[in-house]
Amino acid sequence: MKTSFRFSAKAGYIVLLTIIFLTQLSCKGIQSALDPAGPESGRINNLWWLLFGVCAVVFILVITFLFYALAHARRYKDGAPIGIDAQKKMTRNISICVAITVIILFVFLVASLTIGKSIYTNSSPDVLTIEVVGHQWWWEVHYPTDEASKRVVTANEIHIPVGQPVRLRLSSGDVIHSFWVPNLQGKMDLIPMHLNSEWIKADHPGVFRGQCAEFCGHQHAHMSLLVIAEPQDQFNAWMDQQRQSTNTPSDPVLQRGQHVFLSSTCILCHTIRGTLANGTNAPDLTHLASRQTIAAGTLPNNRGYLSGWVVDSQSIKPGNKMPPNHLNPDDLQALLTYLESLK
Amino acid sequence: MSTELIEPTATDPAFEREQRDRRELEKTWASEPGILSWLTPTTHHIIGKRYIITAFVFMLLGGIEALMVRIQLWRPENHFLGPDLYNQTFTMHGTTMMFLFAVPVMEGMAIYFVPMMIGTRNVAFPRLNAFAYYLYVIGGIFLYVGFFTNTGADAGWFSYVPLSGPAFSPGKRVDFWAQMITFTEFSGLISAVELVATIFKLRAPGMSLNRIPLFVWAMLVQSFMVIFAMPAVMIASTFLLMDRTVGTHFFNPAEGGDPLMWQHIFWFFGHPEVYIIFIPALGMVSTVVSAFTKRPVFGYTAMVLSLIATAFIGFGLWVHHMFATGLPQLGASFFTAASMMIAIPSGVQIFCWLATLWSGRITMKTPLLYICGFIFIFVIGGLTGVMIASVPFDLQAHDTFFIVAHFHYVLIGGAVFPLIGAIYYWYPKFTGRMYDEYLGKWSFWIIFIGFNITFFPMHILGLKGMPRRVYTYPAYMGWTWLNQLVTIGAVIIAVGGIIFLVNVFISAKSGAIAGPDPWAAPTLEWSISSPPPKYNFVYIPTVRSESALWTRTNDEPVITGVRTDRREVLATRILDAEPDHRYPIAGASIWPLITSLTVAFGFIGSVFFPSWIFWGAGLTVFAFVGWFWPKRTHNEQPEAAR
Repeated sequence: MKTSFRFSAKAGYIVLLTIIFLTQLSCKGIQSALDPAGPESGRINNLWWLLFGVCAVVFILVITFLFYALAHARRYKDGAPIGIDAQKKMTRNISICVAITVIILFVFLVASLTIGKSIYTNSSPDVLTIEVVGHQWWWEVHYPTDEASKRVVTANEIHIPVGQPVRLRLSSGDVIHSFWVPNLQGKMDLIPMHLNSEWIKADHPGVFRGQCAEFCGHQHAHMSLLVIAEPQDQFNAWMDQQRQSTNTPSDPVLQRGQHVFLSSTCILCHTIRGTLANGTNAPDLTHLASRQTIAAGTLPNNRGYLSGWVVDSQSIKPGNKMPPNHLNPDDLQALLTYLESLK
Repeated sequence: MSTELIEPTATDPAFEREQRDRRELEKTWASEPGILSWLTPTTHHIIGKRYIITAFVFMLLGGIEALMVRIQLWRPENHFLGPDLYNQTFTMHGTTMMFLFAVPVMEGMAIYFVPMMIGTRNVAFPRLNAFAYYLYVIGGIFLYVGFFTNTGADAGWFSYVPLSGPAFSPGKRVDFWAQMITFTEFSGLISAVELVATIFKLRAPGMSLNRIPLFVWAMLVQSFMVIFAMPAVMIASTFLLMDRTVGTHFFNPAEGGDPLMWQHIFWFFGHPEVYIIFIPALGMVSTVVSAFTKRPVFGYTAMVLSLIATAFIGFGLWVHHMFATGLPQLGASFFTAASMMIAIPSGVQIFCWLATLWSGRITMKTPLLYICGFIFIFVIGGLTGVMIASVPFDLQAHDTFFIVAHFHYVLIGGAVFPLIGAIYYWYPKFTGRMYDEYLGKWSFWIIFIGFNITFFPMHILGLKGMPRRVYTYPAYMGWTWLNQLVTIGAVIIAVGGIIFLVNVFISAKSGAIAGPDPWAAPTLEWSISSPPPKYNFVYIPTVRSESALWTRTNDEPVITGVRTDRREVLATRILDAEPDHRYPIAGASIWPLITSLTVAFGFIGSVFFPSWIFWGAGLTVFAFVGWFWPKRTHNEQPEAAR
């Protein structure tokens, strides 16, 4: 009686867990590895379901046999020793199980190598290259071109055209980070003085969130980015806009805002192309207002959050490299208006 | 069967002689009087017990840290710990569990049981054994002094450079971590040498290599792994410390150093480390399965070869921790194949245990329950291990909660469940009393269910994109309720753990008297009284199979002639355990403690002033003079110098 209760409790528990598991997996998550939006993540997703399916069967078989063995063994209570024949049979059965294990592993190995090869290579000649440099705790993004005037530098947001393979060249400016946008591709480390690369491609338009996956210090948790896949013409328009430098504003509020920016410590770290500010320790702000988030995906990009960030970023993202700025209210409002004008 | 020896009568001359020898052994092996009995013991029971208790104290600290981490992750944007303390807490949790709990507790179990299981009186080098323990405990205290004085390591338990280097981790935090590694690895190496020598040379006559109990085999294999793996991490941590304190550039990319070199050296240790923890547990599983099925484990040779194969393959897998570092595909595929291959010896062992259970006469007591829990959990952990051996899938799973789930399934399921099972199993031998079966079963079910509630959802969290080591997450990620489930599970495990400790403490006072062999188990430790006498055996036994007590006959010969008036053991030959010579071993001594203090002086001092390593070394020379000073035993016979 007691035994049967134990077994049924365990069985019920397994069923419960399986239900939880399946309901959860069917959910499409924001940053889910099982919600592929590109060919690479799609293949990895297929590989996962193969691995999961086979492993689930193996697990159920092993546990079934464990219960069977526990139940069966009770018949031996009389102490009858097992004979030579039974031993031979057991040896044979174990050998069969080991052989099956080897076959399964071989299938896994072949599947893994095949898919591994396909996600690391690209056959299309039409390739866009983007450079990503990891920093504590933000992402610097370059769209390299031969002409200096056409370069595009942004941060924490990567725009890519739908359907075009993109090669990311990954490196780091300080410690090791890891670039990971699960909807599109597995992760790849950004290592100082090393250059890694990986392929991504989006099958349909969308905004895909990614996050640093290698522990990189205090604000590892707040180092995310967005990959925005858009149709080719929208992407081209975005590129054209990003290539622009800023002009000296004519509006007095904007002029005051620019003056506040250029006369404070901001310029030691930030760049606004078209002005004297050309620091490289922090995100390029030339087109700050065109981005969806600030502080590497920590906050939405609107005036309220921007204001809090400028004044006291340490209370939002403790340990980040931006100092607090004690500005009088009018200066602050002018600065915010200026920053919001940097479309 | 084994206990049915001929009952001696009081007038029997053999019985009288045994009583006389017993009295003399009691005197020879007695502790020093007074405070010295705390500072000088070298018997393996005392050192082993200290290891186990110390390791469990560290496990409690590590467990509290785990709960703190879980409270922080209870809801999005939580402010319970904040990033600085959170990073210290998870680093301390990982470091404590790996270096200060898992390895030392296995060493402790081995130091306590191996001499009894192979039929000898003590380990081969008793003073060295005590020395290793002191180094371990000083290293652990050192790390925790740092933590409690806001100098807790915060770069993760594998401290990747450059984050842990001088440029990005100023201050002394990582120095404390790196020097703690030196302490514990030094200690681990010494214990390993100790166990290899003991197992090779001090086995009871008749215990040839093919009759060694499986737990002892496991410890032998583990000790060899320690000897080959731990020098790597000592070198890594020393390089790191030198980069940080004396300005070398081993890992500084700007000066031609290489951050990936750290990962290679660390994981060349770090992956075998997992098996260093896991292989002793495999031995414990075999021991418990055999005792509670009343059968020798099916396929002894296959089991031993699987252990050895696991150890060998375990050294060829380290790169699977580095699949995301941009390795060439061909190299990565080699490590994929090797990582999958390790499933084969693990599979062989699982199948052999299932066969043993299938053919055995099962008594379903708490220890065996833990072993069944082990099989359930470890199979899941093993299968997820096969999954992440695959490079493409690992690129998604790596550094996410999927990995956290995986390694807790293999380390808690694979090592802690067998360990707790083994502690219940050997509890009567430790204390002379039985544990409470009712509480034992409750503790099992609570821990088992709590474990799965805690760690199973982590797989899903990882697949849903939650990286490990994040101190917080935004609410819109959809990770909240799974994290809350995990935290609830962690509390359930804590409750189960408390029941286990209550059982251990209460039963030590009020449990039923166990007698020498409550389980009718097959290995030699059950042939002596519980708790064991300090000298273990009045006469060294002989054995004729790996289940020594099950095949023992009434006229089983014993070895006489090993001296009882000084501490002496019988050395036997490596392969067939034929008696070779008598071997005097050291008694109580204060020098291991003093030497460990001088070594600690050098190690700890060098964190602050590099030159102190030389002062420490100088003092250690004086300590060694004391250690090796020739002594005369009470009957004026010079002890052989060692």
